[in-house]
Amino acid sequence: MSRLTNDNILKTGLLITTSISALCVVLIFLFLFFSSLPILKEFQINDFIFGESWHPSENEFYILPMIVGSLYIMTLAMLISVPLGILTAIHNQFYSPKWFNSSFSRIVEILSGIPSVIYGFWGLVVIVPLLAQFQAPGTSLLAGAIVLTFIITPTIVLVANNAFKEVNPLYIQNAIALGLSRTNIIKNIILPQAKNNLITGIVLQSGRAIGETLAVLMVCGNVVQIPGNLFEPVRTLTSNIALEMAYAMDTHRSALFLSGMVLMVIVLLLIILTEHFSPLKTKS
Amino acid sequence: MKSCFFYMSISMLLISACTTEQSSIESNNVKSNLTGKLIITGSSTIAPLVLELARKFEIKHPESRIDVQTGGSSRGIADVKNKVADIGMVSRELLDKEIKTFTGHLLARDGISIIVNNTNPTHELENQQIIDIYTGKITNWHSLTGKDAEITVIHKAEGRSTLDVFLQYFKIKNKQIKPDIIIGDNEQGIKLVAKNPDAIAYVSIGTAEYDIKQGVTIKTLPLNQIEANTHTLAKGQFPLNRELNFVTLGPLNQLANHFIQFAVSTEANSTISEFGFVPIN
Repeated sequence: MSRLTNDNILKTGLLITTSISALCVVLIFLFLFFSSLPILKEFQINDFIFGESWHPSENEFYILPMIVGSLYIMTLAMLISVPLGILTAIHNQFYSPKWFNSSFSRIVEILSGIPSVIYGFWGLVVIVPLLAQFQAPGTSLLAGAIVLTFIITPTIVLVANNAFKEVNPLYIQNAIALGLSRTNIIKNIILPQAKNNLITGIVLQSGRAIGETLAVLMVCGNVVQIPGNLFEPVRTLTSNIALEMAYAMDTHRSALFLSGMVLMVIVLLLIILTEHFSPLKTKS
Repeated sequence: MKSCFFYMSISMLLISACTTEQSSIESNNVKSNLTGKLIITGSSTIAPLVLELARKFEIKHPESRIDVQTGGSSRGIADVKNKVADIGMVSRELLDKEIKTFTGHLLARDGISIIVNNTNPTHELENQQIIDIYTGKITNWHSLTGKDAEITVIHKAEGRSTLDVFLQYFKIKNKQIKPDIIIGDNEQGIKLVAKNPDAIAYVSIGTAEYDIKQGVTIKTLPLNQIEANTHTLAKGQFPLNRELNFVTLGPLNQLANHFIQFAVSTEANSTISEFGFVPIN
């Protein structure tokens, strides 16, 4: 009897906490929407997409370059860090000796725990001057992508490691018994089996990449423009909010909330994408 | 051993609790005459500073409440005129007609200086040259110093007070500026210039001076032959500066008077410097 009531208490308690977190997301969305209403009323979508420049004090709110900037930086960082992370994890799981493997895992865990602002500062004093030797001023799309790569690669390694561990060991044992080569096992058994887990982890990481603010703000140059090449400065949606929020008022403030909402929508789309590849769904 | 430490820390806590209670009673007894609410509105440049000063003032006078709102210098003036606010914050020199109606109280000065890397051979740039650099008419140091290198133009993000002062002084519009890098705060600009021999930026004088003393590899450039430092700024000689004023109308009530006295006293100087402004006294 008492066990039953205990169970009920736990059940209602968990229901309350779960609904609070779910409600938070809804409230954030509502808040962002209502805060960006003034600018949506005053300006057309055209102004944001086909505008001329971002000068809030002169009533110009051209948001598109920042959406493009955010997507560019995220994609570029993912293009470098995903192969790097997966290959590292493959080496880690199937090729490296055990003693190396365990110490290496610790190092990766530590790397993934370093606050991103430290990577940003390092990028500002090391990567930016280095890139400036090729093409001034160094603060650029590429610098942002490099710093972001350093921030997310450790987590991608961890995600990939876990995905490989999830693969049913029976398959591997059978494959070994059949005399398949190691390359063959990895290519034809491990990778297809781990695919869904890998994709889910990677998409979630890209959400983190697009949300990264301070490190990107420090090394990207923050000029509002659609970059023509890797060495040109860009401003991301997150940097835009961080740079201007302290001093923004009225429509300007509202425009920053709009940047926030666009960002939230992008992250939401990414999460829907994850859902599509989710292992839970494929299993059922 | 562990429990001994535990008791010690408990007793310490008790003692400290008693003492704070006592001191707050004392301060209540001494300063209980300052009660009521003060409303301050105006410039968003000054507001963060005044908010911090108000916090310190409220600790000293627990019975007082100070409400700080922003909305621009003109709102500060309008609110004082309509008696909606007790004190207005105005981040510029008062106009002649304003001086006739209102009383101004100079709180601090906000000044900015042009900085370059200290390996840069430039000793001074003329105003027109600075305008040309920022509007993209001069893009190479060659015509200025003889060195063939692209100029890295560092500019501030929209809404920063240093940006407003800069644009106003050189009479250019934000749209005309062709920046290579846009930064948020002064420190970021200083770090970039310290690492980049071809960069130029403008930052708050207080911050630049502090960093140069710490050995950061930048230098400030004089403007109209006047050195950029906190001394010339405090005297009002350095041209690229603006006043940060309080304005009031008619006789002050006791709370407003005390707060203004506190804000312009030497006691407030460290707080003013923290915000990158230069105190008057």
